[in-house]
Amino acid sequence: MDVALKDLGDYVATALPNEVLGVTIDRGELAFTIHRHAVIKVLKFLRDDANCQFKQLMDVCGVDYPERENRFDVVYNLLSLVHNIRARVKLATDESTPVPSASGLFSSAGWWERETWDMYGIPFSDHPDLRRILTDYGFDGYPLRKDFPLTGYVEVRYDDEQKRVVYEPVKLTQEFRNFDFLSPWEGAPRLPGDEKATKD
Amino acid sequence: MSETRIRNFNLNFGPQHPAAHGVLRLVLEMDGEVIERADPHIGLLHRGTEKLIEHKSYLQAVPYFDRLDYVAPQNQEHAFALAVEKLLGIQPPPRGQYVRVLYAEIGRILNHILNVCSYAMDVGAMTPMLWAFEERELLMEFCERVSGARLHMAYFRPGGVTRDLPVGLIEDIHAWNERFPKVIDDLETLLTENRIFKQRTVDIGRVSPEAALDWGFSGPNLRACGFAWDLRKAQPYDVYGEMDFDVPVGKNGDCYDRYLIRMYEMRESVKIIRQCLERMPLGRVMTDDRKIAPPPRGDMKGSMEALIHHFKLYTEGYHVPAGETYTAVEAPKGEFGVYLVSDGTNRPYRCKIRAPGFAHLQALDFLSRGHMLADVVANIGSIDIVFGEIDR
Repeated sequence: MDVALKDLGDYVATALPNEVLGVTIDRGELAFTIHRHAVIKVLKFLRDDANCQFKQLMDVCGVDYPERENRFDVVYNLLSLVHNIRARVKLATDESTPVPSASGLFSSAGWWERETWDMYGIPFSDHPDLRRILTDYGFDGYPLRKDFPLTGYVEVRYDDEQKRVVYEPVKLTQEFRNFDFLSPWEGAPRLPGDEKATKD
Repeated sequence: MSETRIRNFNLNFGPQHPAAHGVLRLVLEMDGEVIERADPHIGLLHRGTEKLIEHKSYLQAVPYFDRLDYVAPQNQEHAFALAVEKLLGIQPPPRGQYVRVLYAEIGRILNHILNVCSYAMDVGAMTPMLWAFEERELLMEFCERVSGARLHMAYFRPGGVTRDLPVGLIEDIHAWNERFPKVIDDLETLLTENRIFKQRTVDIGRVSPEAALDWGFSGPNLRACGFAWDLRKAQPYDVYGEMDFDVPVGKNGDCYDRYLIRMYEMRESVKIIRQCLERMPLGRVMTDDRKIAPPPRGDMKGSMEALIHHFKLYTEGYHVPAGETYTAVEAPKGEFGVYLVSDGTNRPYRCKIRAPGFAHLQALDFLSRGHMLADVVANIGSIDIVFGEIDR
């Protein structure tokens, strides 16, 4: 299985040398890292080429790495029914540069991209209908970013006098508790005195 | 004769409507009674599951999966358990795998019963709901006997299942399983050749094979369009590779075919359950790797080592090697995938949940255009949506 995947990975990398940055096969899963601007070309090739035939786009999602310059990854999960293989296409982007929308190639991308925009604030260009999808009407912020607090910023309650639901800043009755159980021996690899062990 | 201005009008359907199968708000643009555009507004049940999972250890994330598609909770847990196992590089023992397949199929029947009957009720048949919910109750009793919870089982965990089947349960499931095909027959006498049911479903919401691929269909909805595609056969996980069952395939891709596929799948599930019960080996149900699965209670009374393992597992949890995986199972509604990114700590860095209903509901606009208002209800019922998993 891994040999076939490697062949396919090499085949795509040779066909699109300027677009594909890297091919990895990890735990039997094929993944391509590509340039942001080349996403349409790569997805179109993967969809239409006879050796690929990834006719289904199963999922689009974002991942946030705040410490990186291009802090977001956009991940496309593709499935080929004909060859019974999956492939993953990944690209890195930042908050301001739009990623070309794949909704022209796969209709299913429409809502997945809306969700990615809603959750991470990654803009997609040429998207027919880039509205927020899962959050409340008039919601502010991007909840799945790592710097968005778990409790959020606003809470709602029904106000009996105004006879409507009102938004208020979150008030926690006790301080937010983050149980960090990472053991200090694994969490901090360098302890005072470690330098003596490595210095020879 | 003076000119009259004709204008489309908008209809707000839901979010509190019995035929919306949950909290679906549907804004319909209509020309008379014909749908010009359907715009589903979702997210009214959004609970931030993915964000919450990022703040929990791998074991604590399991119960969140029950609350996605609460109609068949165990199938979601299955996907998460398989994803974590893939990253950890472990496999559950054979009996654990058989128990999982057994309960995954029970989950499938739970789901299909609810879907077929509520769908039938949407298009005007009351009785199936009343008959079949009795069976659902019995199945949930089996869930309760094995995990203590009727719905939110938290039973499939990375490494296997929490506990073994209690004495007598196999016999009871077997007795139920042999009786159940009769119930499916009864339901079919009510629906399959029913004139009203067929008038409401045949040729409604037809999906061509190309469109099904384009819209990311999976599961029964994809099979109804003529694809013999089932992840249990194509990419078998646990012991599905050893099971003998058929994959029903539809011809027309309309609402009626989607109903027929689900009816057939229940019969196939009965076959799988029978095989599981007959072949179930003896042995452990959870991996004996003490760094992942807790030790038995008895050991903790006498063994310091066991006590430490228990303490570590329920505070820190286990560390999952860095890496990423997209693991999918054939959930009753379609392909349920988990894209899990681990950074090597005790918490998932990112856990994206690929819910089948999200893709199916997205196609509602395409399914309903040009149909009548009443057909929208048939479409919603036939694509099998539950808002727990769509809104996450």
